[in-house]
Amino acid sequence: MAVSVDTDDKFAEYAHPERLVSTQWLQDHRDEPGLVVVESDEDVLLYETGHIPGAVKIDWHLDLNDHVERDYVDGERFAALLGSKGIARDTTVVIYGDKNNWWAAYALWVFTLFGHEDVRLLDGGRDKWIAEGRELTTDAPTSTPVEYPVIERNDSEIRAFKEDVLAHFGNPLIDVRSAEEYSGERTEIPGYPTEGSLRAGHIPSAASVPWARAAAPDATFKSREELEAIYKGEAGLADGDDVIAYCRIGERSSHTWFVLTHLLGFEKVRNYDGSWTEWGSAVRVPIVTGSEKGEVPAKR
Amino acid sequence: MTDTQLPDTLREIKDEFLALEVRERLQLLLEFSNELPELPERYRDHPDLLERVEECQSPVYIFVEVDDHNIVHLFATAPRESPTTRGFASIVSQGLAGLTVEQVLAVPDTYPQQLGLAEAVSPLRMRGMTALLGRTKQQLLRKAAA
Repeated sequence: MAVSVDTDDKFAEYAHPERLVSTQWLQDHRDEPGLVVVESDEDVLLYETGHIPGAVKIDWHLDLNDHVERDYVDGERFAALLGSKGIARDTTVVIYGDKNNWWAAYALWVFTLFGHEDVRLLDGGRDKWIAEGRELTTDAPTSTPVEYPVIERNDSEIRAFKEDVLAHFGNPLIDVRSAEEYSGERTEIPGYPTEGSLRAGHIPSAASVPWARAAAPDATFKSREELEAIYKGEAGLADGDDVIAYCRIGERSSHTWFVLTHLLGFEKVRNYDGSWTEWGSAVRVPIVTGSEKGEVPAKR
Repeated sequence: MTDTQLPDTLREIKDEFLALEVRERLQLLLEFSNELPELPERYRDHPDLLERVEECQSPVYIFVEVDDHNIVHLFATAPRESPTTRGFASIVSQGLAGLTVEQVLAVPDTYPQQLGLAEAVSPLRMRGMTALLGRTKQQLLRKAAA
């Protein structure tokens, strides 16, 4: 890796400590050559109100999603995007964002689809940086464009499609939405069919673990012990499991994907980004309502 | 409704956005965001009086008043950490300022799509402003029916 890893004691407990950096580490290293800091938020304007000096912005709607088809950008557009932000293939990228790094984890997951090797999260994200009174600026960064190679996305390792979920039954599924979404109590508001789906409930046999349970009140990740109690203890995951996580559009579940893969060391975790907005509108897929997981459906 | 029939302020806001490059439109939205006034005292301590606009990704609450001259006043609040939502609320509230109930109800539902912001913030996020305008009209209709 181009830039040294953060040897913070807390991170040493995790399966892949090199995937996290602390706010202090970033403060000390942010000007190092070979490092680019990326802000990725839910709110498209938040970066403009003030960001970590030198950080560039990548927006999930505008930059990472295709604008016509429901898919991510292709290799060519990803290369153009990263090159324009001064990110080369061997650049160390540290991503941070609002809301417990929700969208930052999503961006990291998309970077991983393209096999960008050294991509890390700032533990605690934007909130912790601000809470500690660290510097923010509204000055636009001056990134020198670089060449990023065109690498096609690899959707086979960490991304699951609806068909993959149907063939996955009998293996663990994690539903990371709120309890109300899981049980199917939350329905659409009359007259405003926005990001909804036609049916409510969850995929049978999925365990409910709302994504933000992985975060401590200061927006950092909980300790390995606490995370194991949640995902292995409560949700019943065991080492070696093949896991699929989902939410509504795949953003919250990329946060859980990060936790399972990089903090707990599960080697086969996929994010089903079609998630409830696809499943809840699909024809002839099994759904259960209520707070129970439901029977495991037959594989299809 | 054709362009010339848009109430003046709404038309001016639209012209202002369309005159800019896409990237600059985001800056203008940020200016609107910063201009969203604080809630009047009578609502500050009564969040229960405000209606949450569920369609927005971030929590935004609105309250619509009609004064004795049939003029609509829209009050809105959204957290500082949600500048896009604040910007949308500010545009709607400034754009509708001084209009009568009938004029507000006649504002085309597609007005948010006319600002050229979809490219700058994404079509999905624009739904938030469409919902704000829709909710405002609904509140007026409910008041009229009451």
